Amino acid sequence: MSDQILNSAAATDAPLAAGDTDAAAVSVRGVNKQFQTATGVVHALEAIDLTVSAGEFVSLIGPSGCGKSTLMRLIADLDDPTSGDLTVFGKTTTQARLDQDYGIAFQQAGLLPWRTVAANVALPLELHGVASADRRSRVANLLDMVGLTEFADRFPDQLSGGMQQRVAIARSLAEQPRLLLMDEPFGALDEMTREKMQTDLVRIAADTGAAVVFVTHSIPEAVFLSDRVVVMSPRPGRISQIVPMQLNAIDGRQERSDNLREESSFFEMVTEVREALHGGASDSPGDEPRQARGVDTR
Amino acid sequence: MTARPRLVGGFVWGLAGVLLIALAWEGYKFFGPADGLSIGELRVLPRTTDLAMPHLWDMMARLAEPVTRAEGALPLWAVVALAALTTLGIAAAGWAVGVVVGVGFALLMQRWRLAEFGLLPWIVISQTVPLIAFAPVVKSWGSRVEIGSFEWQDWMSVALIASYLAFFPITVGALKGLQSPDRIHLELFETYASGYWSTLKQLRFPAAVPYLLPALRLGAANAVIGAVVAEVSTGLQGGIGRLLIQFAGQASGDPAKAWGPIFGAIVLGLVAAGSVALLSVILKDYRRTEEAA
Repeated sequence: MSDQILNSAAATDAPLAAGDTDAAAVSVRGVNKQFQTATGVVHALEAIDLTVSAGEFVSLIGPSGCGKSTLMRLIADLDDPTSGDLTVFGKTTTQARLDQDYGIAFQQAGLLPWRTVAANVALPLELHGVASADRRSRVANLLDMVGLTEFADRFPDQLSGGMQQRVAIARSLAEQPRLLLMDEPFGALDEMTREKMQTDLVRIAADTGAAVVFVTHSIPEAVFLSDRVVVMSPRPGRISQIVPMQLNAIDGRQERSDNLREESSFFEMVTEVREALHGGASDSPGDEPRQARGVDTR
Repeated sequence: MTARPRLVGGFVWGLAGVLLIALAWEGYKFFGPADGLSIGELRVLPRTTDLAMPHLWDMMARLAEPVTRAEGALPLWAVVALAALTTLGIAAAGWAVGVVVGVGFALLMQRWRLAEFGLLPWIVISQTVPLIAFAPVVKSWGSRVEIGSFEWQDWMSVALIASYLAFFPITVGALKGLQSPDRIHLELFETYASGYWSTLKQLRFPAAVPYLLPALRLGAANAVIGAVVAEVSTGLQGGIGRLLIQFAGQASGDPAKAWGPIFGAIVLGLVAAGSVALLSVILKDYRRTEEAA
């Protein structure tokens, strides 16, 4: 299938690499971001510290205005931090962008309407001068992975919203990035499509071994997908807690399936994230001690 | 699927429109007062005499007759067609220059905000200069241009004036089109570390097509009008503008003849706009939008 090409990029031991700061996919140290607006200075992010290991799936969750999208934009080098230090695979974010170390997907698919599905997926490859034969085979693999092979020659306006989003995800994977940045990519989808896409994404992330930074405001989505959930609070945007997901003896994310959504450990985690979101300092029902509980940045 | 019936439908409606105008013409000629209607000195309705309003069938019949009584004279329609072709050629040259200049200005203004602030007001003002006023000036300037073996021809003055009218809508349309890509697309290209030229080629130009096509069509219509008017005011021989004036002068003796070049000018405008429509068929994929159907 698609695996042979996509697997080559990154570590097979990725999910276990937590704590390895040298190879960190993303390292954020004391980052502040302020916006100058007509009504004064807005502190979008304050004193953010976060490390995402290679192959790790980290979700950013929080209410609107908590700066989760801003943080992702900083990592993507679409914005610059006011102060602090950001690196992606040990490089500056600008260098990482120039080196195409990450793939990105936004809330809207953002496909080019005049290009077919296949041509949309091929766009980054075309821009970076990948030879056309190589391009064709990679596009075929990617479309196979997102299940859109039959739609290769359609145009975006002939697809449903979910299909468009799958094309966008295939496009973000086109250059086999070791890091995927996703800003509420399933936000505009209906619940059924959403769950299917989540299951697909878990599989794809596991297949490719890519680290993922995933912005969402759905708690179940964050729990289902992530190794760790970063809970943020607004005004100023801060990390209030980082909750590691412990989902019933499942060691690899690739093992996660739809059944997980009905397990008690899933609900425990949902509760824990919810309490963290609502500023709950009170303890959650889980009884074993959690090592990385409550990373307070203040 | 629906393209063919819509095409046929459009054709039928177009024909119905022409028929309606013909009916109005003949109807007024039949029922209207022979001397028109005047309020005081002001005539508000035209005369309906054969001199002022010839029958449509007379105009059509006149088209088939020879242009003059001279031996071996061409039929009127052929003379009109030849003149229209000449004008079309000049207008096309003017349009092409207008496209180059218009897109050039748009690129400049898209690239540098400062250029937009500095140029756009002047471009707008340029269109307020009455064309007839400076057509003779262009001609007299042109007649002094002589670079090596290149000598300025009179038709070039006409083409220049046509381009002067054509470039304006193209500039405005192209600028709007080049500025049209969504932020999400621009940021996507930024994440691809795509430079100015590749973003221009892969994003800005394709996104500009839906804005450019109507602008090009408007430019084509303007180029035709500019060419006809410039022919009249520079007195260039051989084109439809000259023919309009010449035959209008003979209208007292041969009223139907004056309508020949008018029909020619109408067909000329349609052909010019139609050629651009052809372009939009070729570029139809670029007129899609992202929304699901």
